[in-house]
Amino acid sequence: MDVVIENLPRYLEGFTVTVLLLVVSGLAALVLGTIVAAMRISPVGTLRGVATVYTEIIRNTPLTLVLFFCALILPYLGSRLPYTVAATVALAVYTSPFVAEALRSGINGVPVGQAEAARSLGFGFGQSVTLVIFPQAFRMTIPPLINVFIALTKNTSVAGGFFVVELFTVGKELANANGDAVIAVLLGVATFYLLITVPLGLLAAQLERKWVVQR
Amino acid sequence: MKRMRIALVAAAAAATLALAGCTGGDAPVESAEPAPTFEAGTTMARLQEAGKVTIGTKFDQPLFGLVGPSGDPEGFDVEIAKIIADELGIPEDGITWTETVSANREPFIESGQVDFVVATYTINDKRKEVISFAGPYYLAGQSILVLADNDDIKSEDDLVGEKVCSVTGSTPAANLAELGAVPVLTDTYTNCLEPLRAGEVVAVSTDNVILAGLAAQNEGEFKVVGEPFTEEPYGIGLKLDDTDFRMFINDVLEKAYEDGRYEEAWNKTAGTVLPFVDPPAVDRY
Amino acid sequence: MTGASVLFDAPGPKARRRSLIFSIIAGVLVVAALGWMFLTLNAPKESGGITLPGMFDASRWDIYADPEIWSFIIFQGVWGTLRAAIVAAVLAIIIGVLFSLLRSAETAWIRIPTAVVIEFFRGMPVLLMMLFILLVGSTGQYWAVVWALAVYNGALIGEALRAGLVSLPRGQREAGLSLGMRPLQSKMLVEFPQAFRQMLPIIVAQLVVLLKDTSLGYIVGYQELLRVTLNNLSSFYGNRYLFSLFVITWLLYLAMNLSLSWFARWLARRGDRRLRPAKGGPLPEDPSQAILVAQANAAARQSEDNSSR
Repeated sequence: MDVVIENLPRYLEGFTVTVLLLVVSGLAALVLGTIVAAMRISPVGTLRGVATVYTEIIRNTPLTLVLFFCALILPYLGSRLPYTVAATVALAVYTSPFVAEALRSGINGVPVGQAEAARSLGFGFGQSVTLVIFPQAFRMTIPPLINVFIALTKNTSVAGGFFVVELFTVGKELANANGDAVIAVLLGVATFYLLITVPLGLLAAQLERKWVVQR
Repeated sequence: MKRMRIALVAAAAAATLALAGCTGGDAPVESAEPAPTFEAGTTMARLQEAGKVTIGTKFDQPLFGLVGPSGDPEGFDVEIAKIIADELGIPEDGITWTETVSANREPFIESGQVDFVVATYTINDKRKEVISFAGPYYLAGQSILVLADNDDIKSEDDLVGEKVCSVTGSTPAANLAELGAVPVLTDTYTNCLEPLRAGEVVAVSTDNVILAGLAAQNEGEFKVVGEPFTEEPYGIGLKLDDTDFRMFINDVLEKAYEDGRYEEAWNKTAGTVLPFVDPPAVDRY
Repeated sequence: MTGASVLFDAPGPKARRRSLIFSIIAGVLVVAALGWMFLTLNAPKESGGITLPGMFDASRWDIYADPEIWSFIIFQGVWGTLRAAIVAAVLAIIIGVLFSLLRSAETAWIRIPTAVVIEFFRGMPVLLMMLFILLVGSTGQYWAVVWALAVYNGALIGEALRAGLVSLPRGQREAGLSLGMRPLQSKMLVEFPQAFRQMLPIIVAQLVVLLKDTSLGYIVGYQELLRVTLNNLSSFYGNRYLFSLFVITWLLYLAMNLSLSWFARWLARRGDRRLRPAKGGPLPEDPSQAILVAQANAAARQSEDNSSR
């Protein structure tokens, strides 16, 4: 365990980057996912089609390939993003279909009567969706969304392969430098990840119980 | 390697003619010498009796250990390993190649999943605490790769404060950080070339022999500059304190230095790009 | 709320025309964007004083005429991926079944430790688990990949199955017990088969994730599709082929995963027809949606149970 304590600053450095990746790409995925979800229920056929194709393609592509695209192919398209930003974009894009699916099932979980009521109040599509449907759907989807973010937390570790020094990269470096204490090093890394994922999991379980009662 | 065998069987079943080239072909003629004899109980005797050996090497290192579509690794490390196997009386088809990446080399040796490792494996004291090294059989050194039209970077001093690409957890990456450069890290050196092209990093830095391979594959686009600024003696990793086996491999290396097999192995592989240098003296610690 | 049509008026002629125009504009924009991407990627580029050919130039694609490279990609790469995925999938389902049974046990000292273990596995990055199993278990690359995937996905499948168990009508269990079955018998013979069938689409959806995650085996040097193409072959033939190898790898993954997803949907439809749940609501077509609905149902039942006690 000495290795972990000695290298605590390095761990914290990596942990900060991991948290940063999680928060920024999480928020971006939320925005992107909401747009995709809205597109999938919109009256415009092409938008629906584009959103469906986008969802299918991204959901069936390994994260490593999405990161590869953002870090190594995007520069050919004129992107000048620093690698941390490229990794954030990749994580957000990869996560967005899962967010969209969570929202979409949440929307499907809103009783039809709610939409009908909104319509009978004279709301148009945009108004019904933003004022009535989404606020309710969001609540339904918060627990599954938290699960999406738990997955995202773990997925940030894949960004380490693409020029971002985050928690897992730090762990790999330390493991390499301390061939005699590899297990301690990795247990240290695991602890930091669990520091994020376990509270999130508990929160999800809590909210699930609370909000379902309210409905 | 089990999976390779399965793949080969499957390929054969599919009647792929393409694989014909990799199974037959250039197996060496059995040496005319009588089979060597080893003292009972030694690793050598055990391997010789089994007629099989499992060797860890790199699968993605041009010139040293590289697997192509034939499925068989090739390179200087591979040739050295074959010489050792041959001295053990093991034919080439008795060798099982296992890919070793930086994260699994020591664990594989310790747990006996490989009998020895020849994989551009730098000898250092930290590693000597968990495994033993025969050799060194080659002296590499960290060097610098830049775009061919870059005349600003001439030596490692010009890297201070600049972004330089290398591989996560590798010795070169640690050296760069110590030097004052900003390491930009990925998993494999081929990934490093895109940032270099895009101008995200000014250089790629690792052992000169690896850089020479990258430069050779992309003719005219990159160049290796400056003198190597570290010493990376490549050794053969084996179980800690298996002194008999270590001394045996050292003997084999010295024999190969003398009878020309070492030079031949070099010329066949890395020698197509790099000049031959006299082998370093083995370290019989 | 199933149909979205409630959300907007049945479009009249004017709205239909507007929608059509909008559709066409959006379509044109998408096509233009794709075209621009193609042209930009295909533009030759200056680098290091020489001109590199565009990404779709023949010189970047000439290696694929050789059947040997395909046999390598298929028999080493695709097979490496499938071989790990199939075994991990079987193990994951077994582990999932075990987890779900232990997790819904009557006794707290079985239930709670299981919950902790599940939470632990769910919260660990798969990369880290592979590395850990390799180093601690000395299992070799293949089993490190398989076990890490099996345990992680087993935890998730276990949770899905539990949700399925909880969402069953209580009468099923009561009927089982009233027929003289012991609790465990009722669980194994009556409840579990139903939960399993109901959750089948979700399990298969999780298996798509498992298949994708075999690509993380690079961390322990396991030879699967991604490593074979983007690492071995790109080192062998040179960096020039990185882009074409990327495209081919991507297409192969899409082919594998889409067939699996298609299979999941087919299963869902088939299961739907034969075993429409007693409650009557049709299972949503989309597996990931089904899990959410099931979870919501499960949670709802759980809270009902809690409040009624």
